[in-house]
Parts: sequence; C-alpha cells; structure tokens
Amino acid sequence: MSTSTAEISPTPVKQPLPWSLWLRQVRAIFRLEIEKNFLGRRSILLYLLALLPIGPLALLAPFTPPGREWQDFTQYNMIFAVYYGGLILRTVVFFGCAWIFMNLFRGDIIDRSLHFYFLSPVRREVLVVGKYFSGLVTSIILFTSMTIICMLLLYVPHFPSESTRFFLDGPGMSQLLTYAGITILACIGYGAFFLVVGLFFRNPIIPAIVLYGWEWLNFLLPPLLKKVSVIHYLNSLTPVPVSEGPFAVVAEPTPAWIAIPSLIAVTALVLFIAGHRIRHMEIRYGSE
Amino acid sequence: MSVTEQKVDEGLDETRNSKSEVRNFIVFNDVSKFYGEILGVNRINLQIAPGITSLVGPNGAGKSTLMNLMTGLLRPSRGHITILGIPTDQPEQLFRKLGYCTQFDSFPRGLTGREFVRSFLLVHGTDRKQADELTTIAMERVSLLDAADRKVAAYSKGMRQRIRLAQAIAHQPAVLILDEPLNGLDPMVRAETIALFRKLAGEGLHLIISSHILHEVDMMSDRVILLNNGYVVAEGNIHGVRDEMEEHPMQILIRCDKPSRLAAQVFDHDHVVEARLHDDRLGLFVKTRDADRFYLLLNRVVAEGEINIESVAPIDDDLSAVYQYLIGSGGGPS
Repeated sequence: MSTSTAEISPTPVKQPLPWSLWLRQVRAIFRLEIEKNFLGRRSILLYLLALLPIGPLALLAPFTPPGREWQDFTQYNMIFAVYYGGLILRTVVFFGCAWIFMNLFRGDIIDRSLHFYFLSPVRREVLVVGKYFSGLVTSIILFTSMTIICMLLLYVPHFPSESTRFFLDGPGMSQLLTYAGITILACIGYGAFFLVVGLFFRNPIIPAIVLYGWEWLNFLLPPLLKKVSVIHYLNSLTPVPVSEGPFAVVAEPTPAWIAIPSLIAVTALVLFIAGHRIRHMEIRYGSE
Repeated sequence: MSVTEQKVDEGLDETRNSKSEVRNFIVFNDVSKFYGEILGVNRINLQIAPGITSLVGPNGAGKSTLMNLMTGLLRPSRGHITILGIPTDQPEQLFRKLGYCTQFDSFPRGLTGREFVRSFLLVHGTDRKQADELTTIAMERVSLLDAADRKVAAYSKGMRQRIRLAQAIAHQPAVLILDEPLNGLDPMVRAETIALFRKLAGEGLHLIISSHILHEVDMMSDRVILLNNGYVVAEGNIHGVRDEMEEHPMQILIRCDKPSRLAAQVFDHDHVVEARLHDDRLGLFVKTRDADRFYLLLNRVVAEGEINIESVAPIDDDLSAVYQYLIGSGGGPS
C-alpha cells in the first residue's frame, strides 16, 4: 500500500531549469523584435532623432564658427561635454529609449499582435528578456554610433592634425570610449524604466515627461534625492565635468565602481517587476 | 486485503479515473468573468470531450470571452479552468498542447506567410530544421503553400484567415480553439476547411469553434454550447438538447398519400399536441412531445399497410430551431 500512498501525494520532483530552451526562445524573440525595431514604420522617428545631434555638427563641419571657444582646440572637450550632456544624453538618448522600449509592448498592443507571443509556450519573463535585449541592442547600436559620430564631427573637421593626436596619442580615445560607455549605461537604465512604463501605463507619455523633468531638475535636488535618478550616476562617470550653474546643489559624484553596478542592479530589479507584472497581464485590445 | 485497504484502493482508482478524465477534458469549474461591473460569462461549468464543440450565441453572449479564458488571454474573476489537466495560467505547458486562432486580423509587420508561421515555431523553442518542416506541413494543410513566400500584408482576407489557422495548428496541438474560423473564406475553401476540422477531430483533437453560420455548425459539430448573456443556455449533442426541450414539441413532416386519415389516427395519442395538413394535401405536420413514441406509432401505421408513407423528416430538430427556441431571433447569432 505504501506505493499507492506515494501516488496520492507524490513528492514534487524538482525539474532542472530549461536554460537552453529559454535561450533559444530569447534568440527567436530577439530576432523578430530587432527587425521590427530597425525596419518597422516606427523606426523612422528613431532615425530622425538619432540624426538630430549629428545635423548641426555636420552643418558646422565645413567652417569654424565665430567665437573664441571655437578657435581654441583645448575648449573642444568642454563644448562636447555640454553638447553631450544637454542634447545627446538628456534629450536624444532619453526620448530615443522612451520610443524604443515603450513600443516593445505598447506597440504590439496598439498593433494587436501581442497575443501571438502570449499564445506561445514561453515563460513571460523570457518574453520580457527577449524584448528588452532587442531594445537594448537597437538603442546601443543607434545611440553609441551617434555619440561617436558627433564627437568625431566636432573635433576632426576643424582641427584635423590636433584631433588625430588627441584621439590616437592623447586622452581622446579614452574620452570617446567613456562617452560611448555612458550612452550604453543610459540605454540600460532608461530602457528598463521605459519598458515597465510601456507595460503599466496606457498613456506612457505622462510618466516619461515626469521622469524627463526629474532628470533635468536633478541639479537642484538635495544630494540624497539626486541618487534616485539615472542622470546622477551617468554624470558621475563623465570624463569632463560640466558646471550645472550657480543654483546647482553640489553633491559628491558616485564612484564608477558603485555607479555602474547600482545602475545594473536597479535595472535587474525593474525587469523583475516587469516579469512579475506580465505574468498577470490580460489581452484586451478593445479596452486599449 | 483488509476492508480499509480495499476502500483506500477504490478511492485511489476513483482519483486516478477522475485524474485521467481531467487530463482528457477541457474543464470549466464555476468560472465567471467580469469586466469591472460588466458581466462577461457567469458560473460556467463544463467538461468538454474530444471532437468538435461549437460555441453559438448572439453578439456579446460570451463566446470570445470563453475562448480567451480557455487560452489564458483573460483570467477568470472566479473559478478555474484546466485544459487536459493544465491550468490556463501556465503558458509554458499549455501552449505545447493548445493552438488558438483568434479573431484579431492583425499580424507582426513585414513578414511573409512562411516567416510568420516559422518565427512563432522558433519562439516555441523548436529547432530550425523542424520549424521548416512543420511550417511546410501547416501551410499545406490550409492550402497556402503557393502563397507562402508572399507578404501577409498582401494576402486577401480569406488567406489571412488561413495563415492564422496554419499558425495555430503548426505545432500540432491536441486542442485547437478557433474563433470564427470560416469568416471570409469562399465556399470551396470553407468546405475544405470543414473537412480539415473533421479530420483533426477524427485524429482525437479537441476543436472548439465559434461560428455564426448555424447550418455549418450543425453539419460539423459533435456537440454545441449555446450561450446567451454570459450564461450557458444549453450544451450537448444538438438532438439531445432538442429532445430535452419539452416546452417546444418536436415538429415532424410526414409525406404520405392519406394525410387526413393519418391525422385521425395519430391525434388520439396524448403526446401528439397538433396535427396539421400540408397545403398540397400530401403531407401532415405533427407536433409531438415524445418523438420516440411518435416514431413507434408511425411504425405501427406503416405495418398496417393502409397508408403509404413516403418520407418522415423532423423539421425543427436542428441547431437553427434550438437556437430560435432558446435564444430567439432578437440578437441573431454572431
């Protein structure tokens, strides 16, 4: 009888996690999404956004603008730091990530095609990871190349020989790689935030604008609140510190060894929340 | 073996039987779904066996809600559902066994028919070679192999319907749920598709189909579930359902040479509630509360040899009649 009793309440056997299956599924989701991100009709706005900081620099390339700072090569790292912080990072990368990551789920809901994923034998967390990676790779490719092009477009046309020395023998290459790294971290951090926003909010524009305001007003916040933002950690990593004006509340920059893991840890937490949320998500296109 | 042991054994057998039953059925256990204050479906208890089961009901009856609940796209507000023993909140297991062809006429952009089916097989985790093979089999089954490499966006409505069907059957599920699968198909393809459904049902699959074309539902279904205002009004074999509707006596048309005489003979019986001559005087409409007893009576009449009976046909023993009686013509099926 003992065998029968065992059949009534079998001891649950712990199955090993199917990592190879999950990996195949992430790859398949990634492939579908990356094509959509780069070639879908929504990508046009993304390309326009990526061209936004390149355009003015390309226009200025043939001639050196008037103004003392433009004649002095040593000022260029400051010009780029301001241009990068104000336009590239806070505006283009921010809104670019918002567009890419919010559309990962929201776009499928608007197109009424999210159910194809929901009707597949895919763990919903795996779906989140697949989509997130596709957004991440898209944003990194677009915005990192944009960052590099902008930096080269600023330096090279006006001071070709100095720039060559600056990038090959001087601190230029390390600055270029640092800016590219900051762009990648921004994509990681903002990406996770906007992915969740796209899942939680029917109109994700409002939380995006709230975060935009928060990130811009970061210089006014007390040191403790500064740490509750992505921009604080990114600013801490910039190779050329920029003054935030006379009203700025000065706070110690977070060292890279804390800033980078913190950003990645918060991203992982946000993705975990997204995974939890999507497990309970229903598909009701009619009410969207 | 002691009495106690015997009882335990019997209990175990029962448990095993009910478990194996659950593993072969789609089970709704007191399921309700509310959209805020609005009722989707209420207190649904069903056990659906393999074969073709059709969901019929007017607009807003709850057919799509029921299908979306079965596939986990919606979560029940109360109760629970299992598909072949798998709860609907476990997509990883559920969709290895289940395919759902929804009514949403939308697709991921830019894909050809083949890419569409293949891509989602890859999302299942199928390897590339097998995905290619399964895609070809599925496209062939829905007669879409010739158009496989055209963009889905360029497909006609009927082709889009078929490519969705191909995607739903590509992984060879044991349960197939189809929301209005015959919509937009021309008569030829419709007939082919119905034949495909019958073939799949013959292979032991569960097919749950919603359709608004009652005579087609009647033709292909093993059983129907009639829904109205979120409630199951009737379920089962359509003739069985009809037999149980005692408040609506069965109407039968008997074609014979002496209808008046037949009327006199049958009217004596208490289960016959009405007998009316056909306009051409070569037939008799009879309303009876007990069709079985009436057919026995008719056998006796034939055996006596005085009346030549040409044909006997029930005229309201089909889905349309049952639908009319239970739901009425107000909503019209959707």
